[in-house]
Amino acid sequence: MNPGIDLQASVIHVLTDLGVPEDLAPVLWVPLPLLLMLAAATVGVLVAVWLERKVSAAAQQRVGPEYIGPLGILAPVADGLKLIFKEDVIPAKADPLLFTLGPAIVVIPVFLSYLVVPFGQKMVITDLGIGIFFWIALASVVPIGLLMAGYASNNKYALLGGLRAAAQSISYEIPLALAVLAIVMMSNSLSTIDIVQQQSGYGILGWNLWRQPVGLVIFWVAALAECERLPFDLPEAEEELVAGYQTEYTGMKFGLFYLGSYVNLILSSLLFAVLYLGGWESPVSVSWLVGLVGVPENTPWVEVITASLGVVMTLFKAYLLLFLAILLRWTVPRVRIDQLLDLGWKFLLPVSLVNLLATAALKLAFPVAFGG
Amino acid sequence: MNLAAGVQIVSFGLLAAIILVGALGVVLLPNIVFAAFLLGLVFIGMAGQYLLLNADFVAAAQVLIYVGAVNVLILFAIMLVNKKEDFTPLPRAWVRRGATALVCLGLFALMGTTIASTPWALDPAPTVSSSVATIGAHFFSDFLLPFELVSVLLLAALIGAVVLARRDYLPTVKEQETVFSLPERPRELITSDSK
Repeated sequence: MNPGIDLQASVIHVLTDLGVPEDLAPVLWVPLPLLLMLAAATVGVLVAVWLERKVSAAAQQRVGPEYIGPLGILAPVADGLKLIFKEDVIPAKADPLLFTLGPAIVVIPVFLSYLVVPFGQKMVITDLGIGIFFWIALASVVPIGLLMAGYASNNKYALLGGLRAAAQSISYEIPLALAVLAIVMMSNSLSTIDIVQQQSGYGILGWNLWRQPVGLVIFWVAALAECERLPFDLPEAEEELVAGYQTEYTGMKFGLFYLGSYVNLILSSLLFAVLYLGGWESPVSVSWLVGLVGVPENTPWVEVITASLGVVMTLFKAYLLLFLAILLRWTVPRVRIDQLLDLGWKFLLPVSLVNLLATAALKLAFPVAFGG
Repeated sequence: MNLAAGVQIVSFGLLAAIILVGALGVVLLPNIVFAAFLLGLVFIGMAGQYLLLNADFVAAAQVLIYVGAVNVLILFAIMLVNKKEDFTPLPRAWVRRGATALVCLGLFALMGTTIASTPWALDPAPTVSSSVATIGAHFFSDFLLPFELVSVLLLAALIGAVVLARRDYLPTVKEQETVFSLPERPRELITSDSK
């Protein structure tokens, strides 16, 4: 396999060449990808918010933002600036400590999960052995923040919204984890890198899309529910609960919830792309194309092109899924809370268990196709 | 001491402090909601300690199960029954607290001496390439019986929950037939000849 570009090694090499001591150079490297990812996630949110405005406008036959920058591309920036300059109000009878901590606990795990999102063979912050499980574990912390925000607001709508959000998260976490488990079973590894590796080599035909059609639907439904996107945005159902746990929030604390929900949506799209759509692999295998042209794979310019193509591919797939999520939001009505819980526990959970069982059986029967 | 070891020692100290302070808060705080949130913090701290011991899978499982499931359910239960109620202060409550503290300190001393007196076989940290595979191998060889027993325990809890949730297994209490009546005074009907 082509090892691709090792940015870490080259940056450390450059640093040591510049006269930085050998044991200090890796320490200087550590914050670089973290900051890069933080910035990328925030910019990704701006793009997602702009897309949301434009797609919703198109769905409703409007124009959408038009004059704030070319094609209204600066509208999300204006939103963000407005939120930053708003007065930060803490309700008089709220619990100030928990009220402040709540949004932070919702946002931090989502950003931490970006540690395991791969954009290329070596283009990942850490290739953790527990990879995808890390994301599932961190996602389970979010309901605590929601409950905290709902409770601290001292508002019955907020409390109900927080309880609903937590109930929704824990119910849909289980089908999500089982769908991921089926993939893990086929890849023989929890690492996101290995999951993409296992899908590589045959272009679009090798992706898990074909081997896990049921798991794909379960994952997408559960991911939408985890992100509280419409049709599953029960916690903020405005005609029932005003704005759920966000009711009392304003300024940047509300901004954190808003940011967190979009970052989470992009994260889910990225991981969907990694799990089912071959991550950074192109629909036509690049190594096959390179072999066709007859250039050795470890030529520097080929490596640069492959790496950039990988990043572009991952982002393209993720934003395609994001577009789908936005389109769903503006075309599908909201479900009721009992329908939501019925769907989660009585339909998705048994189906995902059967899917897991079927994957195990297929893995034993056809070890060639199902990663034996 | 190199950098990695220093970071490890500092994080161990921080995590230990978080666990100790958090645990004391869980026990001592009068506000039950704060106690429940601090319990989550204690669980996170323990996950951090597992990470320091190279047990990444156990750490993630700790977060997933204890923080994501157990603690959320505890919070759920508290918030569903959270009735603002002022309890009447008990006379001589300090006797109970003192007794509890005594028992807890006794337990702590007992376990402390046990830990100190046991000759632990300390290997220089075994380098496990994949902790998941190691745990799986143990589950299906020398830890098979405990593993299966735990699954039986979970099954029992599952069946218990189903029995509790399905009311038709419970003995039904005959409810008295209530006669509904309007809280209004009976009024004379308006007749057309009243002038």
